[in-house]
Amino acid sequence: METRDKNLSITEFLDKDERKDLLRLLTAGSVDDGKSTLIGRLLFDSKRLYEDQLSALERDSKREGHAGEDIDYALLLDGLKAEREQGITIDVAYRYFSTSERKFIIADTPGHEQYTRNMVTGASTSNLAILLVDARHGVITQTKRHTFIASLLGIQHVVVAINKMDLVDYSEQRYNEIVKDYKQFLTGMNIPDVNFIPISALKGDNVVDHSENMDWYHGQPMLEFLETVHVDADRNFDDFRFPVQYVNRPSLDYRGYAGTLASGIVRKGDTIKVQPSGKTSQVTSILGANGEQDYAFPPQAISLTLSNEIDISRGDMIVHPDNMARQERHFEAMLVWMDEQEMKPHRQYYIKHANNTTKIRFDNLRYKVDVNTMDKHEADILHLNEIGRMVLTANKPLMFDPYKKISDTGAFVIIDPVTHNTAAVGMIIDKVSDKDMASRITDVEREKIYRGEALVDPRERELFYNQKGSTIWITGLHGSGKNELAYGLEKQLFDMGATTVLMDGSTVRSGLSRELDHSPADRAEHLRRVAHVCYMLNEQGIITICSFISPDEDIRNQVAEIVGEDRFHMIHMDADLDYCKSNKPEMFEKAINGKINYMPGIDAEYEKPQSPVMTLNPETKNKWIEEVVNYLEKEKIFPLE
Amino acid sequence: MEENYSLSHLRQLEAESIHIIREVAASFENPVMLYSIGKDSSVMVRLAEKAFAPGKVPFPLMHIDSKWKFREMTEFRDRYAKENGWDLIVHYNKEGYEAGVGPFTHGSKVHTDIMKTQALLNGLTKHKFDAAFGGARRDEEKSRAKERIFSFRDQYHQWDPKNQRPELWNIYNTKVHKGESIRVFPLSNWTELDIWQYIRLENIPIVPLYFAKERPVVEYGGALILVDDDRMPDELAKTAKMKKVRFRTLGCYPLTGAVESNADTVEKIVEEMMTTTQSERTTRVIDFDQEASMEQKKREGYF
Repeated sequence: METRDKNLSITEFLDKDERKDLLRLLTAGSVDDGKSTLIGRLLFDSKRLYEDQLSALERDSKREGHAGEDIDYALLLDGLKAEREQGITIDVAYRYFSTSERKFIIADTPGHEQYTRNMVTGASTSNLAILLVDARHGVITQTKRHTFIASLLGIQHVVVAINKMDLVDYSEQRYNEIVKDYKQFLTGMNIPDVNFIPISALKGDNVVDHSENMDWYHGQPMLEFLETVHVDADRNFDDFRFPVQYVNRPSLDYRGYAGTLASGIVRKGDTIKVQPSGKTSQVTSILGANGEQDYAFPPQAISLTLSNEIDISRGDMIVHPDNMARQERHFEAMLVWMDEQEMKPHRQYYIKHANNTTKIRFDNLRYKVDVNTMDKHEADILHLNEIGRMVLTANKPLMFDPYKKISDTGAFVIIDPVTHNTAAVGMIIDKVSDKDMASRITDVEREKIYRGEALVDPRERELFYNQKGSTIWITGLHGSGKNELAYGLEKQLFDMGATTVLMDGSTVRSGLSRELDHSPADRAEHLRRVAHVCYMLNEQGIITICSFISPDEDIRNQVAEIVGEDRFHMIHMDADLDYCKSNKPEMFEKAINGKINYMPGIDAEYEKPQSPVMTLNPETKNKWIEEVVNYLEKEKIFPLE
Repeated sequence: MEENYSLSHLRQLEAESIHIIREVAASFENPVMLYSIGKDSSVMVRLAEKAFAPGKVPFPLMHIDSKWKFREMTEFRDRYAKENGWDLIVHYNKEGYEAGVGPFTHGSKVHTDIMKTQALLNGLTKHKFDAAFGGARRDEEKSRAKERIFSFRDQYHQWDPKNQRPELWNIYNTKVHKGESIRVFPLSNWTELDIWQYIRLENIPIVPLYFAKERPVVEYGGALILVDDDRMPDELAKTAKMKKVRFRTLGCYPLTGAVESNADTVEKIVEEMMTTTQSERTTRVIDFDQEASMEQKKREGYF
């Protein structure tokens, strides 16, 4: 509980309390640094603890305490049974206390090497970090790691608490050495405000009151510093960003765009622009938590109404027209891997950013950072607690800013598509220009495709197999007879002595493309992979028989390009929808009932191919295989001679 | 006019809670707000009303009725829901009720398990809710200090302390598989004093039992228990004395101890709180069962 000036009436006290501001802070340090003792003392000395909690504490100390006869402050903090038995804190714990000046939320994070993710978590919501240093050991690797993470997460204020001064005889010289060491290391970090306080958490020196043992220290004690440090100005009030969180349409008369202001100021009457649509409008009202207001600032949760009806949905970004957020699919970010499962580089993950959730790919890990030395190393993937600089591509443009400029529009989380765990978190550095990006078919790939530098002469291969490596691409609606043709053809060609490989949707999707769904973007990626497999097999002289719905002309053209136009032979199974439905009703029923999406013919389009080498329809079903075999013979694909 | 861009701690907490509540409405198909009729629930409900103003809140309230709540609570619940246009679901364990389960006959542990925990889990399963708001605060109890705001539950509604998702900034991972769910605690960062402050500031109606008044109470299991209805055993009920008491928390009347008090306004309650020596949960009989009992209950899905 808190101290209260006895001269205030309860009403005066409450009126004053109500106006207090809030400081969110992070404490980092290991078990031995006395972090829990410091927090325990802040809580205790600010009279936060109730008497019954104290009596429980005395009981616990006798049973499991590590502090001998004294009260073990750390026991106040460790909440969960399992970790109390282990004797270490294993996750971020949030503590609350207040003084007559301010309310405080402490994110208490353990400092062990394997717990980078805990500190990153605590830092993400903190204005200030207290880093504990043991005066006997000075600046150690762990101190550097904590500083780096504070800097990475954009914490503006750091307090280095040089603890256990009682064990170095309250030596000013020792204090100065540590300050000097730390400052040296601090160059290159991005922390504008750094302070040093010599304390003894155990004895209470410079925690609440000035220490009588260190009269050489003229700065503020810890609590006084925390009460007075100015953090309001840390917010960005210049660049207006309002990510729409929820569209509130209770009636025809009200259409409000609700959300939390990320940065900047918005005023009634402002002209605004909506990203990505680019439409403009005027703000007609701002509804805050306590009624109409003339202006709003972060982090207020508000609801805007606009002068004209424009189409705005969750995830859209409202800005001022002369100051827009970046709108890009490609960007670079610092990524911290949070999941036990390491990064799967070719998997599509979900990204959640500024109220948008979409899919994302990792394009290129530029380097990973050794958090102990700050050295950069080459790496392909990130594991738990690793930090790296990554190029990412989202499936649709995101509206963002560099994290340094606006943290709310620069921060994102990555979600595993299978387990739904929070796999990673990121802080955007900036966009990547399109020409730096790998396009779907790279120039290098294209060159390689046309160069074909094999040691075996392709002509020798053809003679060996008595066939020309080619792709027979069978396209058509589900149920149009693709697989009937493909499997029958394979059997026929095998019997005639050809060497073939058959691929169809279900086999490829169960393995090579197993993480992809049927959305247009994933379908494109799926077929791109198939095309590359065809290319490789055809290069080796093999005939590939491919049975895929492949509904988009553009994608089929891309497949043809990858495989090579002269090796690509497309057969169109031209059956009408009614025939297909009666031929294979199960899938269509699912699609009609909405159980599967993007079913060509139902809720996605099937584009008929412009120039197939052959078109087959159900009336001539008995002759399909014969026709194709004749075609292969005529084109001298198989047999060669 | 001079513009001021600073927000008091209370208004920051308010904004954070509104953000959380909106996020759930935007991300889940079928959310529900668990309503205990207590002071924290009253604050949470008010925040939900603010989040969707001027419209109606797009999800229902659900009260798990153990059938042993104080009468004043049920009256308050029905009146509040009606006056404020809430959809109210009242769910109770029918089998338990018909079997006559109650704290006087079955003890607090069995009663709590059947009429509260089981009733809650059945209620959530029955309505297929994929997100459920609760009014718990992190400062209430040690084991809650690490609780997430979005607390993941498996298909059996169970909480696994080792399988919770990291929470960064105000970006909440709302992805769940079918059958899994999230408990959401929008008041996570509020303290008891914040709750009272907000009730005072916003003039939020709360159950009158919070305010001191002459009431008939008996001493039972080391606590002062209100004689609320005739289900209290006669030999106990006849020991009743009138005392000026109030309740710091509200639950099942036989399990909730009163404190002697003169505090009949929010201000006086806060004043009493500031000078008191007992933290609020000690008036809840259920917590005494065993150390870390709250943690155990949470694992089982109670919170």
